[in-house]
Formats: sequence, structure tokens, C-alpha cells
Amino acid sequence: MKTKRKAAVKANKTNSSNGSMVDISLKFDEGWSYSPAPESTDHVSIKERYGLFIGGKFVKPALGKYFATINPATEKKISEVANASSADVDKAVKAARKAFGPWSSLPARERGKYVYRISRMMQEKARELAVIESMDGGKAIREARDIDIPLAAAHFFYYAGWADKLDYAFPNKKPTPLGVAGQIIPWNFPLLMAAWKIAPAIAAGNTVVLKSAETTPLTSMKLAEIIQEAGLPDGVVNIITGAGDTGAALVNHPDIDKIAFTGSTGVGKIIQNAIAGTDKKVTLELGGKAANIILDDAPLDQAVEGIINGIYFNQGHVCCAGSRLFVQEDVADTVIRKLKDRMQTLIVGDPLDKNTDIGAINSKEQLATINRYIKIGKNEGADFYQSKCKIPNKGYWCPPTLFLNVSQSHRIAQEEIFGPVLAVQTFRTVDEVIEKANNTPYGLSAGIWTDKGSKIFNITAKLNAGVIWANTYNKFDPTSPFGGYKESGFGREGGLPGLQAYLNLG
Amino acid sequence: MNTMPTMTIPNFSLSPRIDQVGIEERASRFTKRSIKTAAKIEGLNLVLSMIDLTTLEGKDTAGKVKQLCYKAMHLNDAYEGLPNVAAICVYPTLVKVAKNALKGSGINVAAVATAFPSGQAPKSVKIADTKFAVRQGADEIDMVISRGKFLNGDYNFVFDEIAEIKEACGEAHLKVILETGELNTLDNVRRASDIAMHAGADFIKTSTGKISPAATLPVTLVMLEAIRDYYYKTGKMIGMKPAGGIAKAKLALHYLVMVKETMGDAWMTPAWFRFGASSLANDVLMQLTKQKTGNYQSLNYFSLD
Repeated sequence: MKTKRKAAVKANKTNSSNGSMVDISLKFDEGWSYSPAPESTDHVSIKERYGLFIGGKFVKPALGKYFATINPATEKKISEVANASSADVDKAVKAARKAFGPWSSLPARERGKYVYRISRMMQEKARELAVIESMDGGKAIREARDIDIPLAAAHFFYYAGWADKLDYAFPNKKPTPLGVAGQIIPWNFPLLMAAWKIAPAIAAGNTVVLKSAETTPLTSMKLAEIIQEAGLPDGVVNIITGAGDTGAALVNHPDIDKIAFTGSTGVGKIIQNAIAGTDKKVTLELGGKAANIILDDAPLDQAVEGIINGIYFNQGHVCCAGSRLFVQEDVADTVIRKLKDRMQTLIVGDPLDKNTDIGAINSKEQLATINRYIKIGKNEGADFYQSKCKIPNKGYWCPPTLFLNVSQSHRIAQEEIFGPVLAVQTFRTVDEVIEKANNTPYGLSAGIWTDKGSKIFNITAKLNAGVIWANTYNKFDPTSPFGGYKESGFGREGGLPGLQAYLNLG
Repeated sequence: MNTMPTMTIPNFSLSPRIDQVGIEERASRFTKRSIKTAAKIEGLNLVLSMIDLTTLEGKDTAGKVKQLCYKAMHLNDAYEGLPNVAAICVYPTLVKVAKNALKGSGINVAAVATAFPSGQAPKSVKIADTKFAVRQGADEIDMVISRGKFLNGDYNFVFDEIAEIKEACGEAHLKVILETGELNTLDNVRRASDIAMHAGADFIKTSTGKISPAATLPVTLVMLEAIRDYYYKTGKMIGMKPAGGIAKAKLALHYLVMVKETMGDAWMTPAWFRFGASSLANDVLMQLTKQKTGNYQSLNYFSLD
């Protein structure tokens, strides 16, 4: 035992030429490794082609145009979906308008029953939804299974409960629905974003036309099937597919009462321009460049988990990702060492493997964007570090990436990359980090890690961000409002404020 | 060893703080790893080789210990290629019996000393207890810390006691039992781990198995992180032994995943990681047989010793 022990210690030492250096490091890729554990896909039914879900039926697009949706992990086509033209958008808005009267005057308790039913059916089909979400968008099945789908169902469940309690939700007000809502969602959390949009809208008595993202239309088509099976009155929820043109047609349609958009700040600005001077209400949930702040008294190993979860969750395709890391200088070396060790244990690869931590980048275009920023970071002279993981030959991949020695003046610290790329800066004092954290056009989210409650209250009160996590990161709950400041948008989704966004309080 | 960084004894009241919610979340992530086919067989074999097969009962006799020793060397003779367990863990009075029974097998004998399990005895008695076990032939000593003194804030007493027991161990390997079920907070678990390592522990161990809760994934994770920090600080590897409450193969695999992803491959051997368990071996054997035959066998196919 004794001799073995000495041998093992020696094995971890490599003496340099002068014999005075000791290399102390951990090895993660030499011994026992996990066999493939793929989630089966044989229980999944995906049609070869999907029409538009308008007026309770799947209909062909007016111009007969379709486009393919591919699996970003294999680059293979999974299915094809309709490319909705402005005529299709008009048809969908008309169906929603027609359904609005009967739906909003239905007894609220009945409305609630439908919303509950959708939630339950999503839970029943959770496994199928998770697999399709993973195939269509590239996200790890573990995340689709444990986060996306349960949270999506929870949103319907939560808002179903409010349907018949609107008078009590806003005391002394007489809440009435807005009418027809046009909703546009991004590709990072396809089904979850659909739930965030649809659930509060229909629970409050509105009808909706939802456009899913171009690269991830499939789970919203499955949701349309669920809605059809749930017997929701025709036209209450209409789901259309298409690209930017379809979205523009929806935003500009004169019979829309409310626009709810989640996506890039660039498109958000276009939408705000387009609806200026109209009566359309709007909520925008846009980009972010969140500061994740590690103070020197933080529980460091748990903070490292928070850093990992903050930036590598969902391949970094998260608007509230903790993409700017601020570490107090006296613990910076320790935190970075721990972070690099932890990055070595992240498994990148087949999104359908249950052990995969980081799946495929959503699209070829997004991978190009990420790679462009990695190049910018290198050119700016920041220290580049990537985990040495094997990545598949086919598909779109980006290993977890760090840039060290970054300053606020680096573009990689200023612009949203929307990928697994972390820009690390150090700071000396709390005042300094508050100033730097707020020194961004964005203001969606932030994280703060410290053992001291008083520091949490001090810092969170001074950060301009819609959501601030203390000693955790990327936690979501239907009861908790979510939304940003500044160029991260306005309006809140989730909780009571999320309900209010779909009501006139008169 | 002269190339190692010099070590200073830290102020243990300043041991790193632990966030319980964060630890529990990380620990549960290990349980999400799916261990199948070849990885499962390799993992289960590794688990067997890491077991300290344990009997620590007031009613233990020479007969009982001999039977257990035979089991340690013959886990399942019908199944070829199985490893032996790492050690047999008994009370000091039974060390000689075990030592004789295990002669030539390469299996170590561990003895629980220092007024196990409470540790409520004068230091002189604990040292005598340790020396007796070593004289009887124990290869490894599992000592308990003085939890009362620890909770009283008397860290120097706890440190000195461990250091003296370590001296009494001589060549024997020292495992220090923190009895985490009595320490109540993860901050305390971290602090006790730091004290034990700096005082000379070769291994740190969660529990006696006499107090509930015994070993848990979160507690073990805190201790592994302490070992990792100590390794980076001093270059010295310290072993880890969760004990008590690990009865199922699946849970043991979760522990292996945790060791692998927290400490890396160097710790994935019986030299650096052990399970203190009495019934785990049979569940592992059952799983291994299932992997081979495709069917679960009745419990009666696995010997109870």
C-alpha cells in the first residue's frame, strides 16, 4: 500500500531539466470512460412534411413552398415544414380573430381546463418531445428531458391556474384580454419559448398566431398536434413556420393587437420601428451579455459549477448566459484552475447520448458566428483556451471555450456571441465590478457568488439587470418574472407580470 | 520530496465555505450519468476491488470473521476473473484472526481503533488501542475524530490527537473517520477534512456506519474537493473512503462517476478510493451476473457471510 502510494505520487510529477519544478495536475482522459448511452428514437413519430396549423387544422401553404429542417448533429434532413407567406399569415390572423370572441367569452374555468389539458398531454408525451427537441436543435437530451420539456409543461400548468382568477390577480382592476397576439420565438428553447408565449396569452383569453424559429420548427408542430388532440377550439392557437419574412408579415399585420418577440436585439429594434405609431402592444426579450461575478469569499467549487452552468448550458445559446465572468483577483488563479479541470470533464458530442453535456451548435450560420468571434478574440490578444475533447466529424460543434485576460474594451466582452465562449476578466473591488458589470448596452441577467448575504443585497441592488441569481445561475420557474433592461428589451414573461402583459387592466 | 512546495498549517476556522445547495445540485448531476455495457462491467469490477468488507458488531467472533475472510478471497468462484476486495475491516481484537485467514491473499486488514465508534476515551487509551491493533498485524487503522471537541471549536485538540495516532500507526496506513453524520454542516465536514489531512491522514473517511446519515454523495463530494485542494497545495494524494449506507451497485457507480469527474483517473484505484460496506459486494455480484446472463438471479445464489 505504502509503496503503491509513493509510486502514484511520483507518476504525477514531471521534473523539468533543472529538477526543481513539480507538475501537479489532474488527468481525466486516461482511465475508465462511459460507454455510449443513446436515447432511443424508435418511439418518436415525425411526419415527412408539416403544413401550417391554422384554424385547428394543418393546411398547405398558399404558395406551396416548404423548407427542410435538419439535425445539426448529423446534417441530415429530418422533415420539411411550410414556408408561410403573407397570405398564410393573413389567414392565420383571421382564424385567430374569428376565435377571439367565443374564446374570451368562454367561462374562465372552461378556458383553464383546456390549458391544464395541454400541460398534462405535454407531460404524457414528454419523452417524445425531448427527443425531437434534441434532434431538431442539437441540444443535449439530458437538458431537453430535465429542463426544456418539464418547464414548458409547468408554464401551461401555472397559467392554467390563473385563468379563472384574473379578477383576484389584479385587485380593483377589471382585466380584459387584448385580442390577437402575434408571437415570434427563437431557436434556443423552441418548445419552452412556445409555452412562455402561448400559455399566459390563452389563459388570459387572447388568441394567438405563433411563428416558430426557422431552424427548430418541429416541437411547435408537435405542440400543434397536442393542441388539436386536446380539442382546443379552432383558431385559438395558430402555429406557422417560416423565416424572417414570415415574421415581418406577422408584425406588420394590421389586425394584430400585441407582439411578443424573443430573439436578437437587432430584430427587436426592427420590430419596434415597424410598430411605431400603431396601437400594437409589445414585449421584447432580446440579447444579453451577463456578468457572472465571483467574489473572493464565495464557495469556489460551487461557483465554478455556476460558471459552467452559466455559459455552457445549452451550448451557450442562452440569452441570459453568464458570458462575462468577473473573478476577484486574489482568487482568480484558483478559480481558473478549477474551471479548466471542470471543462475537461464536459462531454461534447451526440446530443441524444444521455451522458452528453454539450450538444451540437444549432446551425451552420451560428457556428460561423461563434468561430468569427473566436477569431476576433484571438486577434484581440486574449488568452485562448479550449477543452481537449473529441468532437464528431459530421455536424456543427464548438468545444467549451475560454478567453482569459480580457478587458471591457475587447469586443468579445461587449458583443453577444451566443455560443460556448466565456470572456474572463478580473477585478479588485466591489465598486469596480458593479461599474464594469453595468458597462454594457444589455441588461438581461447577472450572477453573484459570495458567502455573505449583505454583499448579495448590496450588489444586486446596484446591478441593472432584469434577473439576478445569487449563488446559482440559469434557474427558471414559471412563477418568476423574466425580462431585461436597456437593449435586452422590455416587458416580463412568467409570474403575474407575464400575465399582465396579455391583459388590459382598464 | 524536497521538490514539494512547503506546507504551512492553515487556520482551520478559515477553511473554504461550502454552499449546500450547490453541492447537492452537483452531486445529483453524477447520478444522471448513464453507465452501460462495457463501462458498467469495468466499473462494477472496480467497485469490487475497492470494497473494505466490513463487520463491526459487538457480537463478532473469530468464526464470523474467518467466514468473512473466505468471502473476501472468493467473492464468487463460479464467475471467473473477479478481483478480490481491498481489505477486511474488523475490531482490533479480531485482527489476528483475519490476518491469519487472509495470509497470502494480498488483502489488507483494517482495524477500527481509538475507542470506535464514539471516540469517547482518554487519548492514552486511544493510542494504546491503536498500538495494539498494529501489533496484531493491522495494515490499516481506521480512527475516529473527537467530534465533541471539534464541535466545541477545539481544533488543535483534534489535530494533535490525529497526529499522535498517526505516529502510533507506524507503518500502518491511517484512515481518519470524521463521522459526518454528527458534524451537521458541510462547512464542518470541509473543516474536519482539512484538519485530518494536515495532521497526517492517509485517507479520510465519512462515517463509522453507526450513525445515520452515514456516507452520502454530497458529503463525499465535499471531502473529495478538500482532497483536491490539498493535492494542488502540497502535491500529496490523500485517499477517500465513504462508508455506511452504500448497499447498491448503482449507487456505488454514482460514487465512481463522482471520483472520476472530481479527482481524475489517478484516484480510480483501491489505493486511493475505498467503499466501507458489508452488503454492497453481493449486489455488485448480482449486477455482474445479470450483465453476463441477461437475467437477475435470486438472492439465494449469492453467499451471505
